[in-house]
Amino acid sequence: MKNKVLMQGNEACVEGAIKAGMRFFAGYPITPSTEIAERSAVRLPQVGGKFIQMEDEIASMAAIIGASAVGTKTMTATSGPGFSLKQENIGYACITEIPCVIVDVQRSGPSTGLPTSPSQGDVMQARWGTHGDHSIIAISPSSVSECYNLIIRAFNLAEKYRTPVIFLMDEIVGHLREGIEIDDEQEVEIIERKMKVRPEVLHLPYHVNEGEDVPRFHLTGYDIRYNITGLVHAEDGFPSNSNEVAHNLVTRLMKKIENNVDDIVQYEEKYCEDAETVIVCYGGTARSVMSAVEELRAKGEKVGYFRPITVWPFPEKQLKALSSKVKNIVVAEHNYGQILLEVQRIVKDCKIGFVGKVDGTVITPAEIIKAVEEVK
Amino acid sequence: MSKMEIRLAGSGGQGVILATIILAEAAIIAGKNTAQSQSYGPEARGGMCKAEVIVSDEQIGFTKVTHPTFLLALTQASLNKYGAEAGEDCVILADSTLAVPETIKAKRVYSLPILDTAKTEVGKAFTANIVAVAAINGILKLVSNDDLEAAVLRQIPKGTEEINRKALHAGQKLAENI
Repeated sequence: MKNKVLMQGNEACVEGAIKAGMRFFAGYPITPSTEIAERSAVRLPQVGGKFIQMEDEIASMAAIIGASAVGTKTMTATSGPGFSLKQENIGYACITEIPCVIVDVQRSGPSTGLPTSPSQGDVMQARWGTHGDHSIIAISPSSVSECYNLIIRAFNLAEKYRTPVIFLMDEIVGHLREGIEIDDEQEVEIIERKMKVRPEVLHLPYHVNEGEDVPRFHLTGYDIRYNITGLVHAEDGFPSNSNEVAHNLVTRLMKKIENNVDDIVQYEEKYCEDAETVIVCYGGTARSVMSAVEELRAKGEKVGYFRPITVWPFPEKQLKALSSKVKNIVVAEHNYGQILLEVQRIVKDCKIGFVGKVDGTVITPAEIIKAVEEVK
Repeated sequence: MSKMEIRLAGSGGQGVILATIILAEAAIIAGKNTAQSQSYGPEARGGMCKAEVIVSDEQIGFTKVTHPTFLLALTQASLNKYGAEAGEDCVILADSTLAVPETIKAKRVYSLPILDTAKTEVGKAFTANIVAVAAINGILKLVSNDDLEAAVLRQIPKGTEEINRKALHAGQKLAENI
């Protein structure tokens, strides 16, 4: 039944995760993500799942990796200070290719910063927070409905590519309440990780079938035992010092996302057909931009917006194509310029403007309009 | 209905966030678009707390209040701060214990005994936010009384229905007597 209800972004994130099949949550509550732990604690036992409040964020991250290794869909949620602590184990999930979803509801930083204030200062940390070469997927919702729908996609991509997926929220969307239509009977695509079927490779946990980019999964501890390690490993799962093995593994970890960007990347663009100026924005900032663009359009100004939904991998090809048609690009984000760096790298022939904020308040439509006027 | 930008301000623990959630819930029940948000400090009690709700027939982009059309103030500090920011099209409802600064430019300032009504007439100080919600709806005519009551009942703990209904009716009466 279709039902419009009032829901908070954090709550919608839990409902979407359960719809996607999440049955294990481990976390250490932190503002502004706390409602995700609270609702998971209530909802998971109702659907046969488990909720654990761990002693800290490091243990929470370890717990969801362990639960996923035995085939459960898992999630944790945190904010900046906790996201920093989780980085070591996020790297472990990257190299061991264990699917999981990490929600980061960004708040002002660095360190404990402003606990209740919005920020988007973790964008580069989401990409490169854990050490070493690795690929990552990060998805940034702009509404309560998107918290629900996109976290389902986050789980699907985690399973499909055997990778941690960062659900990069911000306080603006996490603490926002608005109407959301949830249709219980609606068919939603749910992807499960591919399992090994050929008996001759069951004992090779990291064997990759020809024509595939991702090793198929075998439940840890079932039938045969195998090794999982954060060290560089061969297809049998045991550590290796071979330069060839190292090269092939790290290359495959990078390429399994890079080769599939067209499947992974999502973005939205509006009013871009005849636009002279395009505003690049994501997450909660997009709400300010949407209002600013409507206001400018009403005055006859040729302004549109481009919104990466997957912040990582960044919709590079699409922005490049758009930039060949417009004069100016303004980047709006709640930090000192992180996606700005990405835009400067990709866009060569446009004038680039920027509006950022780090004082704990939300960028207003008026501030965006001012930045658009300045870039012209 | 044009876009209503409603700001409620008070002290942490007075229930102003819940009050905006109830207004947002009522808006959803009445089939309108709404966006509710809040800002507060790290303290659980006592810090200044501001909560906002936008109600509109149109889609809502920016989710924060920029030009409040309505302000509720339950503490002197919040009336002084947000009253000064209120423009000429803003209606203010202040608790009657507060001194209204002469510099306020708002279209109208109503003074109603919200805190006292909750404490003496309803009998529980903690129902002040429900008294306020009913008074706000009485002034702004956002939704029907039935939709507002349904929204209150969705948001309050089980077992507190009777006292909250009493608070609703007391708040409605306050607005009727303006």
